[in-house]
Amino acid sequence: MGAPRSYQTQAIIIKQTKLGEVDKILTIYTPEFGKLKAVAKGVCRPGSKLGGNVELLTHSLLMLARGRNLDIVTQSQTIDGFLVLKSDLWRMACGLYVLELIDSFTLENSGNHPLFDLLLDTLQRLCQGDDSETVLRYFELHLLDYLGYRPQLHRCVGCNSPIKPVVNFFSSSQGGILCSHCGQKEPDSRPLSVGALKILRLWQSFDYATARRVKVRSELRSELEQVMPGYIKYLLQREVKSIAWLRELRKESIVDNNCGRN
Amino acid sequence: MVTTAEPVTKLVEAFNKLPGIGPKSAQRLTYYLLSRPGEEAKALAEAILALKEKTRLCSVCFYITDCDPCRICQDRERDHSKICVVERPSDIPPLERTGKYNGVYHVLHGPISPAQGIGPGELKAKEFLSRLQDGSVTEVILATNPNLEGETTAMYLRRMILPLGIRITRLARGLPFGADLEYADDMTLSQALEDRQEF
Ligand SMILES: [Zn+2]
Ligand SMILES: [Zn+2]
Repeated sequence: MGAPRSYQTQAIIIKQTKLGEVDKILTIYTPEFGKLKAVAKGVCRPGSKLGGNVELLTHSLLMLARGRNLDIVTQSQTIDGFLVLKSDLWRMACGLYVLELIDSFTLENSGNHPLFDLLLDTLQRLCQGDDSETVLRYFELHLLDYLGYRPQLHRCVGCNSPIKPVVNFFSSSQGGILCSHCGQKEPDSRPLSVGALKILRLWQSFDYATARRVKVRSELRSELEQVMPGYIKYLLQREVKSIAWLRELRKESIVDNNCGRN
Repeated sequence: MVTTAEPVTKLVEAFNKLPGIGPKSAQRLTYYLLSRPGEEAKALAEAILALKEKTRLCSVCFYITDCDPCRICQDRERDHSKICVVERPSDIPPLERTGKYNGVYHVLHGPISPAQGIGPGELKAKEFLSRLQDGSVTEVILATNPNLEGETTAMYLRRMILPLGIRITRLARGLPFGADLEYADDMTLSQALEDRQEF
């Protein structure tokens, strides 16, 4: 018996590219199959039945038919459109950044339930109006963890000695902390304060419920904003495109750490 | 081996590069033109050349024009205190066809697209905001597309215009004509509800 000709899956729409005049190729993230590409036919026509169910940043239930090359979306239903997130400039930017990281770090057809849950939880947290920087940094650390790039935050990745409570260094190329001695010899590493390291460790080893209760002092925020994206840039060998938009909004002070609306 | 005359191959390749035209259609178009009288091909070639040689962007609104400022910006009958902001030049003709709008336009040349690294700096956004500085504009109509990029663009412009105290409106969003309520997604339905009108 061959594979069934159609199947149903939950999916989060992470990317769209136009195909011809009215169709789109969707990149979706699913729990069982990981990242997939599928065609949404006629979705650019007004009145399309797929319409907003397959818009970016939407959690949907999709029915797909196996196609010769790409599978085809035949039915769709929105589970969560993350509308609060979509009505706020900053939170939407955060959401798009999260999608781009998922797309950049994952391969097609390799299921990863924990990663799907992390993605879904992250988008919900952004909707709930949780502190967006905490949500993003927590997401980055755990994404890297699930993909095998967990940064070493407890021992020096240079000499393996335990880390002392002084200013240490973070090395993207070595994937972790360098002690103050090793860090000074490594030109590509950046200094990391005791406070920032503590928070990174906590975010890395605790669950989100604990992580979100930690208040991050504002001077540590900008430090933390640099470390993980720097490591991510090193791993991808390129800049994450949507980070430029986050920076632009920060520059214009369009950052909203309170509740979603306005 | 059978070879095709080079001019034929060249035109097929050129057609094939156009959006929505595959190799089969490209061949069909090429052989069609081959079968037509010479003047027809010449007229087409000239029209294509003129497209690039005789048009430019309006220095005021960035619409495609053959004179500068464009005919819309020059028109004294139009209401210059209203500016309708669109993503693309091709958005203007359909709005004009409605005959319901008598203001002027501003073409951004794309939406803000974080995933493609396109921010306001890559668009004609600064030029738009500078048009608002002299106080003559009383209403801005945001007519970006009803998708995430268009939404992002509209929300960003709103934040930038807000301090100027200018009235900001946007095209009503909601159910398209001919749509089925049952199949509408949450976003569309919630917007249709928000933008509901007296009846
Ligand atoms: Zn060391
Ligand atoms: Zn003009």
